[in-house]
Amino acid sequence: MSERDIPARIREALAVAAPVPGNGHGTARPTPTQPSAADQRRVLPAVGPSFDQQLALFRKNAAELRADFRLCKDLDELAAELKRLGAAEGWQRAASHGGELTGAACRALGLPALLTDQPFDKRELAGCDVGISDCDALVAQTGSAVVTSRSAGGRALSVLPPHHVVLARREQLVPDLPAAFALLKSKYGAGYPSMISFITGPSRTGDIERILVLGAHGPKKLTILCL
Amino acid sequence: MSTPAARFNQDARRLSADLRHRQIIQTAMGNYEVVRDQRKAAFQDWQGARQMAAETKWEAVNHLDRHLEQLARNLEARGAKVHWAGTAQEARDLILGILRARNARVIVKSKAMTSEEIHLNEAMEQAGYEVVESDLGEFIVQLRQEPPYHIVFPAMHLTRDEIKDVFQRKLGDAPSNNPEELTMVARRVLREKYLQADVGITGANFAIAETGMISITENEGNARLTAALPRTMITLVGIEKVLPRLEDLALFLPMLAAMGTGQTLTCYNTLYGGPRQPGETDGPEEYHVVLLDNHRTALLADAEQRDSLHCIRCGACLNVCPIFRNVGGHTYGTTYCGPIGAVITPNLRGVSDWKHLSYASSLCGACTETCPVKINLHHHLLQNRRNASRQQPSWWQKIAFKAFAPVATKPALWSLVTQMGRLGQKLHGLVKGGRLDPAYAWTKTRDLPPIAQQTFREWWRTRS
Amino acid sequence: MKVTLFIPCFVDLFYPQVGVAMVRILEKLGHTVACPAGPACCGQPAFNTGYWEESRDVAIKVLESLQSAEVVVIASGSCGAMLKVFYPELFAGTKHEAMARELAPRCYEFSAFLVNKLGVTDLGASFPHRVTFHDGCHGLRELNNQRPPRELMAKVRGLELVEMGAAETCCGFGGTFSAKFPMISTAMGEVKCASALETSAEYIVSCDSSCLMQIQGLIDRQRQPIKTIHLAEILVQQ
Repeated sequence: MSERDIPARIREALAVAAPVPGNGHGTARPTPTQPSAADQRRVLPAVGPSFDQQLALFRKNAAELRADFRLCKDLDELAAELKRLGAAEGWQRAASHGGELTGAACRALGLPALLTDQPFDKRELAGCDVGISDCDALVAQTGSAVVTSRSAGGRALSVLPPHHVVLARREQLVPDLPAAFALLKSKYGAGYPSMISFITGPSRTGDIERILVLGAHGPKKLTILCL
Repeated sequence: MSTPAARFNQDARRLSADLRHRQIIQTAMGNYEVVRDQRKAAFQDWQGARQMAAETKWEAVNHLDRHLEQLARNLEARGAKVHWAGTAQEARDLILGILRARNARVIVKSKAMTSEEIHLNEAMEQAGYEVVESDLGEFIVQLRQEPPYHIVFPAMHLTRDEIKDVFQRKLGDAPSNNPEELTMVARRVLREKYLQADVGITGANFAIAETGMISITENEGNARLTAALPRTMITLVGIEKVLPRLEDLALFLPMLAAMGTGQTLTCYNTLYGGPRQPGETDGPEEYHVVLLDNHRTALLADAEQRDSLHCIRCGACLNVCPIFRNVGGHTYGTTYCGPIGAVITPNLRGVSDWKHLSYASSLCGACTETCPVKINLHHHLLQNRRNASRQQPSWWQKIAFKAFAPVATKPALWSLVTQMGRLGQKLHGLVKGGRLDPAYAWTKTRDLPPIAQQTFREWWRTRS
Repeated sequence: MKVTLFIPCFVDLFYPQVGVAMVRILEKLGHTVACPAGPACCGQPAFNTGYWEESRDVAIKVLESLQSAEVVVIASGSCGAMLKVFYPELFAGTKHEAMARELAPRCYEFSAFLVNKLGVTDLGASFPHRVTFHDGCHGLRELNNQRPPRELMAKVRGLELVEMGAAETCCGFGGTFSAKFPMISTAMGEVKCASALETSAEYIVSCDSSCLMQIQGLIDRQRQPIKTIHLAEILVQQ
């Protein structure tokens, strides 16, 4: 009943045109055109055109967010970094999903690993010290890692364990948000995963006296290892 | 039973004089302003971004039927169930129906102002369900049994000691008043609830029509967990939250983060397009999206104020409003506070009971200046006042203003009133500052200047 | 040129020296000043309270009296905004709409007139005191009047301007708001005064006498060690 009512009510309500918000007292175009990526880029924070500039920007953003970003020259170095991290953090149990990078990472860690691409017990996942996942992109402009429920082991892997490790390749670095959304559209346009998430730093809250506390509910630590 | 207006006056009177309370808000807002301005400055063209965002929202709202229908189709194509709720009652009934059908017992919620609006938690609790708010600020005010203080910072009015106190009383677990330790207590408690919960209920920041997705912005990860672990997920979303295209988020997510919390981007910005899809091993088996009208179509029909539906609930207008900063969020006594609340509440909940919110403003315009989607907020307050006085004129005010017209426009009458005023001021000295003083509203806290020995008009007349 | 000066009700009754200063300054610059005898009010009180019909009763007289004025200078930011920005809204859909729209471009707040229209910033004034400036909301946000007062103050000999943190925050007057919600209005005024006192200024300066009435009223009651003064009163001092 409301299914037909509400759209009908909306159409009736829209019978009278409303003015477009203007640049001060009605100087806007009569029917605005939707902004293109180029339009958005003109107003959003600037991102340098070269890979090195974008990498530097990502690194800077990650540092401000207290995300641990490490560039590795090859898979061996990545594996070694992960092993060192695991020892320093005292990990006993890992969680991950199937994949080339994640597979190599888990083998290098040598810990018992719960894989979330088969049916799994969420309480078991909650008992893991670290969740290791792939990502779809790293976004220089914001310091974000983009994950999906299809490419990163489901919904819970990247948020339930107290430490999230993201494995990335430098080709996955995109300059800005317009580029990230364009990538998602081209990669998944035929059939989107049920969850897509932009992760920008470890979990945080300022709800108590505006004091920053990390690890409110999601991971307290976020490490990004980039090949 | 006092009216909302009377309660507002009472609370405003108490809190504007509460220097400790005022200081808490001023400090919080001062910190916020610094980072907000940094984020705005990082934009290459902040004003251009506002115009772009305003035009995108105009497109979304002024073709709302088309976009909503596309949103629903795309969600349903992925197996989500879309429900249309015309009223608050319908929304509550729909959701309770889902809870019954799914044999729910424990419900975990992430932040949803719409759920406050329809009083969903009370309805679910009365029906016997255990409801837990997972956002830390909401969790805290839920324990204290009070409403959220601010649409973005629900517990901003509380000190760490007050939070420690309620954790001690209600959870029996408060190691200290250290914010980190208190947060870890909440983390422990809520972790268990996420794992126990049968149903997760979320709100939504945006609804993307083109791809059929609900976009949720948060810092804590509580919404991500609410959407990952329970078997059933429900999103309650106002119909006006629609954005036409996926890439519109490239503009809106950073603008929301900048104005809401002074961040480059909020920690988790997540898109949900359906229940667990084939090939996925976790996520809810069922995903229900409840589209809420609840008088929004009435606001839509008012072409003059339609842009108040462009609101992205960033809270920036609250943060700059000198009224909010002096009386705080609870004083408004309704779900949406601050300037946007003052604009929409009389239209959503009734002019008679709520018009006072539109009058409780000095019309400074800081809200309009700051709004990232260029809603003409303070002009809408003026329009609300005009509409209220047409619908329910206050006769003595009408007569007073009518009588003022000839006095203000005929020099002879103005001159007469000036003389009378001088005489009146001499007599005023007898009653000034006391209960008989007609100017008591002013003189209680301020001195009045005397009418000049020679007014400007009197001086001007001596020249010619 | 012939300048028509619009003196609002509170300037006429409480602060005539502000109007007198404006007349003297404009005449010294070589212009003729006319003051319409008729309307003493721009109609804002009724407009702000929502009684637009009653507001129009007053505003129509203002429109008529200013119809043939070459240029209109208004002695306050808030009345300036009323004439320039809100009259078109007040008269929208009525037979006076065109008249209201036609008046707007001829209107200037006093400091904006000097700087933007006449291109004058140096009036040979001298005021050797430390001051801080209060931006009245209407002047700031409706009329974009942030710069002209500061450009004028920069040329006043001996004047030291120290900006207060809350320069752009509303003082709490808001017309009838100050009487309808006096407790909130007072709190806002206190925030303003506290911010001004932090600068150790001797004077709070503004282009809006209504704001100054609110601030001075609080200063007097609370016996704060600071004074208020209108910009025109400074500019007329040699």
